[in-house]
Amino acid sequence: MVVGARGRWSADRLFDLGNYLFLIVFSLLMIYPFWETAVVSLLPGLLASSWGIKLWPEEVTLEAYRVAFSSRLIYYGYINTVFRTVVGTALAVFFSFCTAYPLAKRKLPLRNYLTIFFLIPMFFSGGLIPRYLLVRSLGMLDTRAALIFPILLGTYNLLIMRNFIMTIPDSLEESAMIDGASFFRILVQIIIPLSVPIMATIGLWVAVQHWNSWFDALIFIRDETKTVLQLVLRRVIIEQDDTAFLGENNDSVAGAESVVPESIKAATVLISIGPILLAYPFVQRYFVRGIMIGSLKG
Amino acid sequence: MGGIQSATGAGDLAKRGLWRSMLLYRGLLIMLLPAIAWFLIFEYYPMYGVIIAFKKYRILEGILGSPWVGLDNFERLFRSPQFLNVFRNTILISFYKIIFGFPAPIILALLLNEVRGRQFKKVVQTISYLPHFISWVVIAALIRQLLSPTSGVVNYVLITLGLEPVNFMIEPGFFRPMIVAANIWKDVGWGSIIYLAAISSIDPQLYEAATVDGAGRFRQAISITLPSLAPVIVILFILRVGFLMNAGFEEIFNLYNPITYEVGDIIDTYVYRIGLVEFDYSYSTAIGLFKNVLGLLMLLFTNAIVNRFSDYGIW
Repeated sequence: MVVGARGRWSADRLFDLGNYLFLIVFSLLMIYPFWETAVVSLLPGLLASSWGIKLWPEEVTLEAYRVAFSSRLIYYGYINTVFRTVVGTALAVFFSFCTAYPLAKRKLPLRNYLTIFFLIPMFFSGGLIPRYLLVRSLGMLDTRAALIFPILLGTYNLLIMRNFIMTIPDSLEESAMIDGASFFRILVQIIIPLSVPIMATIGLWVAVQHWNSWFDALIFIRDETKTVLQLVLRRVIIEQDDTAFLGENNDSVAGAESVVPESIKAATVLISIGPILLAYPFVQRYFVRGIMIGSLKG
Repeated sequence: MGGIQSATGAGDLAKRGLWRSMLLYRGLLIMLLPAIAWFLIFEYYPMYGVIIAFKKYRILEGILGSPWVGLDNFERLFRSPQFLNVFRNTILISFYKIIFGFPAPIILALLLNEVRGRQFKKVVQTISYLPHFISWVVIAALIRQLLSPTSGVVNYVLITLGLEPVNFMIEPGFFRPMIVAANIWKDVGWGSIIYLAAISSIDPQLYEAATVDGAGRFRQAISITLPSLAPVIVILFILRVGFLMNAGFEEIFNLYNPITYEVGDIIDTYVYRIGLVEFDYSYSTAIGLFKNVLGLLMLLFTNAIVNRFSDYGIW
């Protein structure tokens, strides 16, 4: 009896040990690519392109970052990515709320028809070329509007926001109405403050989507002063186009010879994911919340 | 006769009631107007634009003015050996992603559930969700760096073990495994959230009873946690199959090259090259339409199955 109990106890211990070990290795595998990139971005010259597992930079230089930041293209990309993220997210949250709130009200006339109207695009879409032709015929080619308006709204986000607003009890609005509050006042003073968590969640999702988008810029934007960061990154790394590192007047940045392209590429990667890495630990819980709401059937 | 009359009367009344409620709730309806306009322009208009799949689109004549060609584009599609290959790649890559990628978050959730240290669990979760928020361009960059034939850590390990180094990016045999592995790495953590949520709603009494009966922790995970997750797993699996036609444009577009087209080119990347590199708008739209209709049918079919034995369908 005692032996059996001890046997089980040690089996559980063994399982625990293996589990912890596995999860530690798993976490290290998750982190390692980012870590190595950070190390490579700091290494001077040929050390960066040398063989080996790079756990720690033996020598540190910020040259690669200087070269990356002096690049004309990376500068334009950064400005435009920040612009589309800020403006695109603000507009998306505003219009998503304006749509989700009425859809959350059971008394909305034609509610079922309207919901179906918004739901259909989830299952069928015109596809790449019809969308491209639309943006072209709207005269949006080569404008920043093409990066914002075609992805302004999305059915999935609308449904999640609607489901959240439906959990706000109607009695709150009704009693405010009895107290003589106007429609607009109820919206601003009751509904919007209570909807802040879902707006934060949707806002973060949309912001990440904007920050990471590149395909729309690839097909809609020719003018390189309107390009986005991810596309510059793609040009540098996937298309191996080192001219993207050129400075102001298309001349190479002074001192660029002291670092290898590997370092500059790594620095560019870090520059592009920096804001996400910095904000991520603080906003992680907002990201996760949407999934929980989304898993309720609407 | 009388019946019909009263029926129309009721219809009139309902109509009047609708107008009245529309007037009463005009604030709500006005709020909806921008979204209705947006959906008509950016979602429904492109659906209409799909008719160029049945036309020979010429830029100067526009969608309406271009001449009809019936099913010519589709005939060309089905006769094209290249399309057959692209179609096969789409299905195969999706299939591998499901076989290897679908169980991964379930296993991670089961393992995380067994962790007693709350802090440790939180750290692992936070780390594992991170890649979900990184773009495929960046991840493709990380992969190229890790697999580099001259400085990549993977080849370093291979050489240290006395094996031949491999130039992974131009090796067709490694393309699909690379895509599948990259997908698991990116989304295993994020995918585990929904399973962890389902696990947290399992009745703790079940575990207490099992402990009394002498079941160890491993046994409990297999005999209680996993069966309790079965409905969620089945539903997510069926829905995942519904999206079989989407093999993942972004990762493939950022990782393939002409040498790996043969094994990696999927419908979405093919549509892009035919349409926006070769400017064959009508043919590209036809390929896209074929994919979308097939995808829609699969989704309707799988959703119907889900609805049959649960109420967790997407609609």
